[in-house]
Amino acid sequence: MSADFLYMIEVVINGLMAGVLYALVALGFVLIYKASGIFNYAQGVMALFGALTLVGIMEGQVPFAHIINATFGTDLHQFGWTVPALLAILLTVGVMILLAWMVHTFVFRHLVGQEPIILFMATIGLAYFLEGIGDLMWGSDIKTLDVGIPQGGSLWVENLSSGLGGEDFYGFFIDKLDITASVVAILLVAGLIAFAQYTKQGRAMRAVADDHQAALSVGISLNFIWVLVWSLAGMVALVAGIMWGAKSGVQFSLSLIALKALPVLMLGGFTSIPGAIVGGLIIGVGEKLFEYTIGPMIGGATENWFAYVLALLFLVFRPQGLFGERIIERV
Amino acid sequence: MKDQVEPHVTADGRRIGGVLMDLRGITLRFGGVEAIKNISFDIREGEIRAIIGPNGAGKSSMLNVISGFYHPQDGEVWFRGAKRPAMKPFQVARLGIARTFQNIALFDGMSVLDNIMTGRLTHMKTGLLSQMVWAGPAAREEAENRAVVERIIDFLEIQAIRKTPVGRLPYGLKKRVELARALAAEPKLLLLDEPMAGMNVEEKEDMSRFILDVNDEFGTTIALIEHDMGVVMDLSDRVVVMDYGRKIGDGTPAEIRANQEVIDAYLGVAHD
Repeated sequence: MSADFLYMIEVVINGLMAGVLYALVALGFVLIYKASGIFNYAQGVMALFGALTLVGIMEGQVPFAHIINATFGTDLHQFGWTVPALLAILLTVGVMILLAWMVHTFVFRHLVGQEPIILFMATIGLAYFLEGIGDLMWGSDIKTLDVGIPQGGSLWVENLSSGLGGEDFYGFFIDKLDITASVVAILLVAGLIAFAQYTKQGRAMRAVADDHQAALSVGISLNFIWVLVWSLAGMVALVAGIMWGAKSGVQFSLSLIALKALPVLMLGGFTSIPGAIVGGLIIGVGEKLFEYTIGPMIGGATENWFAYVLALLFLVFRPQGLFGERIIERV
Repeated sequence: MKDQVEPHVTADGRRIGGVLMDLRGITLRFGGVEAIKNISFDIREGEIRAIIGPNGAGKSSMLNVISGFYHPQDGEVWFRGAKRPAMKPFQVARLGIARTFQNIALFDGMSVLDNIMTGRLTHMKTGLLSQMVWAGPAAREEAENRAVVERIIDFLEIQAIRKTPVGRLPYGLKKRVELARALAAEPKLLLLDEPMAGMNVEEKEDMSRFILDVNDEFGTTIALIEHDMGVVMDLSDRVVVMDYGRKIGDGTPAEIRANQEVIDAYLGVAHD
């Protein structure tokens, strides 16, 4: 095999891995959109908030240290202990569930039956609020997140693939973190699908998404289901936050990964879990391949805009996305 | 007017028991409009109780009061010998009151089987965590409830469409699936809001047969709203007649047929 071809394969594989991370964020959007018809602009900030909280708990940071110190004249910053990663993740899941409950109880419960655009506006407000609270709680420094996910190129893949090429081919370089992220994402998606399809709460969740009145008539508590949905979205956000945080540090620009999820959603359709995954993969592979093939001809840096142009094309020719529900109105 | 029916066995062998639900002085207002004006009647265990009346008489509002979708400004709802506090619809459903809707409220994106399984939700007790990991009890519970649902599917003769998404079904079958979902809850009281609206004669006959069979085989108490007088008179044990939010008649089909006020409301009365 020629070196060029092998290099292209490597580009595609790396694209797939990046796509998995995009899909992870998009998944959080789809989950909430399907179950409550809310387009949750705050999904990216939830990922940031999850990652910040995780780092804070792990490092034994005192939450709201600035306010406490300013009010009481103390000088508290650290509890002086560190929490093992697994325990910290469990605690953070608890925080995300609490957050879900608060978001539902204080915001969305009062907006039941409102226009979608109003719900959307509320999530924008929520996004800024969460970003502020995250800053207030844990400070605005860039933090490194190390939950023990292996990083760096995988020697195993390198050795395995080095035989494919000639003398000067050393095998594919694939980051272990990306491999881990893919495995986690696949498990998460399989778990979510199984949960939605085969458990009573999953069934109730789909029922609520379909028809509120009918759901009430069979004894489903809408409040419980909505808290459940926001909790799940919070957990997906946390997973995305951990993966992105481990990759590029926990910083406030993390909330912008939500923007990257938008083209993924337009491709895959807002209502489809498989769509979010396929959309993510297409965008991941597409932008890497485009950069590799067309990029050099037009001066590079195409990764910044390729996804959005692709999404735009989809909006023109197939507005419901690849897997989305076709909207047919009866006249 | 109020008839004192003692527990008894009907001519065709069904057992009519004591009072299951007692509505006392129900008044429901929407702003200035009085949809229901001080109405009282009861529903006895094991009977088929019809609520009839011209359009806009307040029949559906009455059903919505019973199922907790509306809360009356005045009056009391007594269920199984206890006064029921104001409840949300899902809490009412958990008490054992299932219903169908006039304009069908099914989960269009889900299969027939899944739709009917939602009717079993109130019977499934295992918690969120064991459901998530699909632990032994959760799996067993799912299987047990699935068996109940399959019996209902057989009973209503919808085996062939078990896996079909509900959104694709024709109207008559949707009505039947909705009945199946309500039955799956094994309700103590089953509320049917115009179960035969928009059906042709054949479909109406099928539905009538199912309603009678449900009442007969499971002993389910049924309260229904229906427009088709012929059907109502054939099906029901007792009938409440409403007009402009008032109760104008209450009794057996024979009594209702002979009630002058009811005849006037239905046929119109000459004002001279």
